[in-house]
Amino acid sequence: MRRQRQSLKNPHAEAALFRRRAVAGFALIVLCLLGLAGRFFWLQVLHHDEFAARSRQNRVHIRVLPPPRGLIYDRHGVLLADNVPAFRLDVVPEQVKNMSAMLARLGHVVPLSKDDLEDFKRRLKQHRPFQKVPLKMQLTEDEIDRFAVSSWRFHGVDVVPYLKRYYPLGSKFAHVVGYVGRITEAELKGVDAKRYEGTNYFGKSGIEHYYESLLHGQPGYEVDEVNAEQRVVRKLSVHPPTPGKSIYLTLDAHLQEAAENALHGMAGAVVAIDPRNGQVLAMVSSPSYDPNLFVNGISQDDYSALLHDPEKPLLHRALRGRYPPGSTVKPFLGLGGLEMGYRTPESSVLSTGVFYIPGFKRGYRDDQRYGAGRVNVVKAIAESVNTYFYKLAYDMGIDNLDKWMSKFGFGKPTGIDLDGEGAGVLPSREWKHVHRNQPWYPGETVIAGIGQGYWVVTPLQLAHAVAMMADKGVSHRPHLLLAEQAGVDAPEVDVPPAKPGASVVHDLNNWKVVRKGMLQVVYGPPGVTARGLGEGFPYLIAGKTGTAERYSRKTEAYTSHDSLSKLAQLHRALFICYTPAMSPKIAVAVVIDHGAWGGSTAAPVARAVLDAWLKEHPAPPDAPKTAREVAP
Amino acid sequence: MSLLETFGVRSRRMAARMWHRPRLDMPLLIAILLLMAVGLATLFSAGNEDGSLVIGQAARFALGLVLMLVVSHIPPTTLRTWTPWLYAFSTVLLLIVAAIGEGQGATRWLDLGVVRFQPSELMKLMMPMMVAWYLHPRQLPPSWKDIGVVALIIAVPAGLIAKQPDLGTAILVAGAGAFVLFLAGMRWWRIGALVGVAAAAAPVGWHFLHQYQRERVLTFLNPQSDPLGAGWHIIQSKIAVGSGGIFGKGFHQGTQSRLQFLPEHTTDFIFAVFGEEFGLIGALLLLALYTFIIGRCLWLAMEARDTYSRLLAGAIGMSFFVYVMVNGGMITGILPVVGVPLPLVSYGGTSAVTLLVGFGVLMSIHSHRKMLV
Repeated sequence: MRRQRQSLKNPHAEAALFRRRAVAGFALIVLCLLGLAGRFFWLQVLHHDEFAARSRQNRVHIRVLPPPRGLIYDRHGVLLADNVPAFRLDVVPEQVKNMSAMLARLGHVVPLSKDDLEDFKRRLKQHRPFQKVPLKMQLTEDEIDRFAVSSWRFHGVDVVPYLKRYYPLGSKFAHVVGYVGRITEAELKGVDAKRYEGTNYFGKSGIEHYYESLLHGQPGYEVDEVNAEQRVVRKLSVHPPTPGKSIYLTLDAHLQEAAENALHGMAGAVVAIDPRNGQVLAMVSSPSYDPNLFVNGISQDDYSALLHDPEKPLLHRALRGRYPPGSTVKPFLGLGGLEMGYRTPESSVLSTGVFYIPGFKRGYRDDQRYGAGRVNVVKAIAESVNTYFYKLAYDMGIDNLDKWMSKFGFGKPTGIDLDGEGAGVLPSREWKHVHRNQPWYPGETVIAGIGQGYWVVTPLQLAHAVAMMADKGVSHRPHLLLAEQAGVDAPEVDVPPAKPGASVVHDLNNWKVVRKGMLQVVYGPPGVTARGLGEGFPYLIAGKTGTAERYSRKTEAYTSHDSLSKLAQLHRALFICYTPAMSPKIAVAVVIDHGAWGGSTAAPVARAVLDAWLKEHPAPPDAPKTAREVAP
Repeated sequence: MSLLETFGVRSRRMAARMWHRPRLDMPLLIAILLLMAVGLATLFSAGNEDGSLVIGQAARFALGLVLMLVVSHIPPTTLRTWTPWLYAFSTVLLLIVAAIGEGQGATRWLDLGVVRFQPSELMKLMMPMMVAWYLHPRQLPPSWKDIGVVALIIAVPAGLIAKQPDLGTAILVAGAGAFVLFLAGMRWWRIGALVGVAAAAAPVGWHFLHQYQRERVLTFLNPQSDPLGAGWHIIQSKIAVGSGGIFGKGFHQGTQSRLQFLPEHTTDFIFAVFGEEFGLIGALLLLALYTFIIGRCLWLAMEARDTYSRLLAGAIGMSFFVYVMVNGGMITGILPVVGVPLPLVSYGGTSAVTLLVGFGVLMSIHSHRKMLV
């Protein structure tokens, strides 16, 4: 078959046929390519002028419109974080021929600090040559005018309007609201870079950091026709950005302000929580700093001054301060003794001024040198009698103590909507084994009973615990976000709080006994620790003082009975309270780094917060002038 | 001596022979090298002086040249015996890619772990080989029956590639097969009849195009309809070429690509950068160089002594023309935007390697012509 076909083939004829076809094909190809060449001629010669003009002038340029950052308000709409118009200098590196010479010349027109230049040089390396790099973030009007006059000398340098973050209340909300700063390369890697095109800011701390994804919106873009100098000839279309969501915090600026004023610059922290829902009404850490310094990059000098301040203004004490709770643990422990059946409301111990563990020689002292006589749980809380709680803790044992106290959130973060919360330390066998690699000693159980030893709490934990106590043992997770708002005219949408936990109290009578003790702290006979605090306040206040030693009671410094100012160096003063005692609406925790006594230093700060709260929640006219008369 | 050692010695001998007696056609080789030089220079400019692009491309060229040298030593008779198997192998690879694509959306790639390559690229060479193999023993000009069989040989792989979807490569593959038929002397009236049928069937084909392919055709017909979307490429490319004028803006002075107005300026649209920077004179010289290469290929084809070699060599030359025409037509706005690179100038792809292997086949046909008949 194959051979037959072969024989039919005529190689010469085929070669000739191929030659003809190849020539024809080549001719067609040349024709086509000539057509293509003609097209080039048409474009490049006949219509050259038109295309050259379009190349020079009509270039479409897409400009990113960064979204305005969402605003932050307090619960009543007081502005805490604002966007204000400002001007900065931007440089397009590839349009500048000699960068260092240009910067030197520019320095004569607009002063450029060393920080500005260093920051600019660092960012220069991260940007591509056709991208704008900010050189100086904040221009004064005078600087803008002077630059405008000589801007022709600085090709590639532009004055650019933008929205600057501004915190009108400054240091008052520095820790809790936090601040934004210039976005870094590392932060850009962690987010969708497209969403951050044209954006300079990123939340660095506090609410600004935690709710970054809420506060930052979606960029839009503007399609412009630009000429060869990149000047906009006309706008073709605008796709506006979606602004970030504005948020309302649970904080109340008046309470915050009152707390800060009452602290008088003393190092310490105040946290106020609405016990019904966990809304944080005030969260103050003192001393504070001006968050506006950080917005456009803080100068080296300012930063090192803050960093090396012995009072550590940058530390958010309310969130992550580490304090021994001292006597403020007593109401909680007293309730535990009743609930777990180690004590009845009536059972009393004899306080002789010192407590000995059976078989040990070391004594654990009371505040009152010769004791308080027979003491039940109400009196023990009211007069803060150590002996009662030494013995109770010893009887409960560390494991039960640990189990009970952890129900009030001690030893773990509260889960507030802020990053970097401290967990504190709730002493336990396990904790000591992990962190000290030592066995537990009975003496440590005894001092744990008065909130000393390994105990560490954050003011927020303490406020959460007292709020829990106020709401009959129900835990509401503390939170700061009240509502969000998609735009200026959009409705505010409340953010539902987390589901409350189940009450840790089984017998409400036990809880009432402890409440009586806490009321006695304020309204009891002479000798109670916060007597007079409720003077002139229309609602009943239930409270507890705490004075935690920074040094052992056995040391020379303690026994010498020095002046209050000397004692202040040694003590941390604490106070916790809630009011109205019969239907609690606010719970407060105050911690002062160097306070003489909880009752004298910390309690008045709490009262100032309650007074501010009272202004917004006036008592009914028939209420007694002072709640003392109705105190149980 | 073990088998492995024998192989080693043999391959060493072969390498030595390649070096000392290269079977290369000098005019063609010089033209190719010249084109590569132009390509690398344009790439350097288009890529904003990014050296890594140029180095990557040069490495690809080096690999292609070595393969060309190797292939030029395989006698066309051997190639012919392998042809049906190679064709079948390539078709199976295309089927595998289609099967994988079924699961993950469109894909063109076959990942072998070590290398990733596009079987469709292989098909660019296998197609003319297969059609030439089929027509080699048959009487020419081809009968309707032979035309029918060839149409089948073309349709299966071209259809698979178009489905990937890679319209540019499908056109190149189908074109390569069709050129063999043309060179085999298919009667003019038959060609006319087929073209007429194809034109009539075009509306049906429209139905089978992907949405984005339809948009490209529509945009090509009226680029102003969507100046920021698909029409952007065409408008910016025409501005680039047109603003180049007679003498061009000069090496590395093209603003259209430098200011990011021209998309894909290192790959499919590099001809526009060339046109902008070197003007009409540059474009005409480049077209002349391409014409010379195509002409030389056809010349080598005419000198070949058997049907298979002739048809294959001619089809390779004419395929080269399709690249130039489709790409040039695209960047000047006379043909729709399909992803066909400017041969040996556009960055990337495996097309440079495929092209050089094709030239290797040509050189082999040329240098083995005296041993045949």
